Amino acid sequence: MSENLSLSALMQEQFPQWVLGTHQYRGDETLLIKREGLLEVCRFLRDDPRTAFNFLMDLTCVDYLTFGKRLESMPTTATPSPLPYFMKPKPVTEQWERTGDRAGTIRAGDRAGNILSGEEVSAAAGPPTEEVPRAAERAAADGARLEVVYHLYSHTRTRRLRLKVPVGAADAVVDSVTGLWKAADWFEREVWDMFGVRFEGHPNLKRILMYEPFDGHPLRKDYPVNKRQPLLGPTN
Amino acid sequence: MFLNVGPSHPAMHGIVRIVTELDGERIVGTDVEIGYLHRGFEKMCEREPYNNAMPYTDRLNYVSPLINNFGYCMAIERLLDIQPTERCQYIRVIMSEISRICDHLTCIGASAMELGAFTVFLYMIKAREWLWELIEAVTGARLTISYGRVGGVKADLPEGFAQRTKQAFEDIRRVLLECDTLLTRNRIFVDRMQGTGVISKEDAISYSITGPFLRATGVNYDVRRQQPYFVYDRMAFDVPLGEHGDNYDRYLVRMEEMEQSMRIVEQALAGIPAGPVQVDHEGRVIPAAMMVDEAKLGHTRGLKAVEVETDPTLSGSTKRFHGLINSPEKRAVLPPKEDAYGNIEGLMHHFKLVMVGHGIRPPQGEVYAAVEGANGELGFYVVSDGSDRPYRVRVRPPCFTIMAALPVLLVGDMLADLVPTFGSVNMIGGEMDR
Repeated sequence: MSENLSLSALMQEQFPQWVLGTHQYRGDETLLIKREGLLEVCRFLRDDPRTAFNFLMDLTCVDYLTFGKRLESMPTTATPSPLPYFMKPKPVTEQWERTGDRAGTIRAGDRAGNILSGEEVSAAAGPPTEEVPRAAERAAADGARLEVVYHLYSHTRTRRLRLKVPVGAADAVVDSVTGLWKAADWFEREVWDMFGVRFEGHPNLKRILMYEPFDGHPLRKDYPVNKRQPLLGPTN
Repeated sequence: MFLNVGPSHPAMHGIVRIVTELDGERIVGTDVEIGYLHRGFEKMCEREPYNNAMPYTDRLNYVSPLINNFGYCMAIERLLDIQPTERCQYIRVIMSEISRICDHLTCIGASAMELGAFTVFLYMIKAREWLWELIEAVTGARLTISYGRVGGVKADLPEGFAQRTKQAFEDIRRVLLECDTLLTRNRIFVDRMQGTGVISKEDAISYSITGPFLRATGVNYDVRRQQPYFVYDRMAFDVPLGEHGDNYDRYLVRMEEMEQSMRIVEQALAGIPAGPVQVDHEGRVIPAAMMVDEAKLGHTRGLKAVEVETDPTLSGSTKRFHGLINSPEKRAVLPPKEDAYGNIEGLMHHFKLVMVGHGIRPPQGEVYAAVEGANGELGFYVVSDGSDRPYRVRVRPPCFTIMAALPVLLVGDMLADLVPTFGSVNMIGGEMDR
């Protein structure tokens, strides 16, 4: 754990202008940065011997359009059932917070998360495990519907890091890291295909899983699941 | 000259299109086109409750489906912060390793066949068939098993499993020895595989290639060793490493990994915590059908005390087995059937997990869980928004990155080298395209 803390402290110290926040949740370390600083931060993370993240394990994107606003997210009963006499409420140890629009979202440790823990709702979640500049986080990341997520792995240090770059849907452009890790080539093509995030500097940004004439970006939340776009063959 | 090794091709495992630019026989450029098996796994997962995605995960890497199941379960368990029981972890390790052996058998068999060694293919498929019989005894199905559950597994190991596995492994070791004799020092095989499809360590790391492909270049990265999960930290096994990063090294690494997997299974079977006690207070066990017949005829005296033998693949649902293989977590695991139908607490518990609007509800958060798939690091990145359905499920496919590196592997070699190289990539369409 102290290893992880020092990593976030290191990043805060090195790039205070880019870091929007850090948190740890379920043993995973996450770092949120502004999109302008992506290349610089990634280069540091890859080359600096203290971090040495030589593997880009995964590059993906999440669309937070309907986060916490789905019908299924709402608890079915307003009041939680009380715990039976033989049960003790489970202590909430970790809290995860994402930046951006939090109106109408359910906080971690709420009743929806823990169906048999009535008492702890009033006990409420404790302070977050990390002190994050939340006001700045929110202000900077407001309107960030999409979040490009990088999973890095350091082979020498056997450590993982998740890097998140919030991006608005209107101008979804991010720098490409193909110059740093060649794996980014296909991963970024897939993010472009599925989410519509452009990567500046990518050598060959075209669709990879869908066919070229496909219209739309399927994994976005506003793309309907059952929409059909059959690819009709040549007319002759 | 452009030659299209088209989507429909006998030497292609699954569907992929490789457009090769040739200068005579030599490949000077390639363009790989994938996506022919894209079925929208990630989008479908967002619509279904957590456990419903299990059949989808089977169909990711469909030659080693158990590993996919357990990787997904591991991610959800991490989100919920629940620990599977020890026996369950041992079972997961055993089944994962058996799946891994199946995958390697298929890969080597198919790629040997493409080089002309038809006998080896048949021998390895025969060996795989014995493993599938084992898997069928445990899970009820050979390939699309849906065996994992959040918090446990579907059912316990049947009786006599250890004995059957021992017999199967003896037979498989004999088969592997035969195939080894046929291939490893075979002049034709060695000439075709050695020196072709070479990739350097730096390139492999840069392309974030993992698994036997990476280990054949000499980088010692195995998720089971570096970031152990389940009970792998208690198992003694070697991680075979190659040297040159060519097709021949990959073949040797896979052959050796099969032996190591068998070693792990044997250790796990020796160390697995005790199974359920099989007999009732009078030591009688009768089949379920017989119990029903007896009851219909009116011979009900003492019937209540008799232990009924249900189908082995349903063992997980009865009380005897339930506590051993399922985590004691009311938030995610269904109660045993005796409780669900017997008392009101069990009924309510069952209701809370199954009805629409209720269900497994991890708190808001995200997690990335990685397991060692047969092709490399299989990662599941799950984002939860507090509802009973995942918000986003991302599968990090191991062969996606290997296929991205295919141009590097192919350029400079002859067209005929495309066949062994592509065979050793072990591209599984279901995993790559999802």
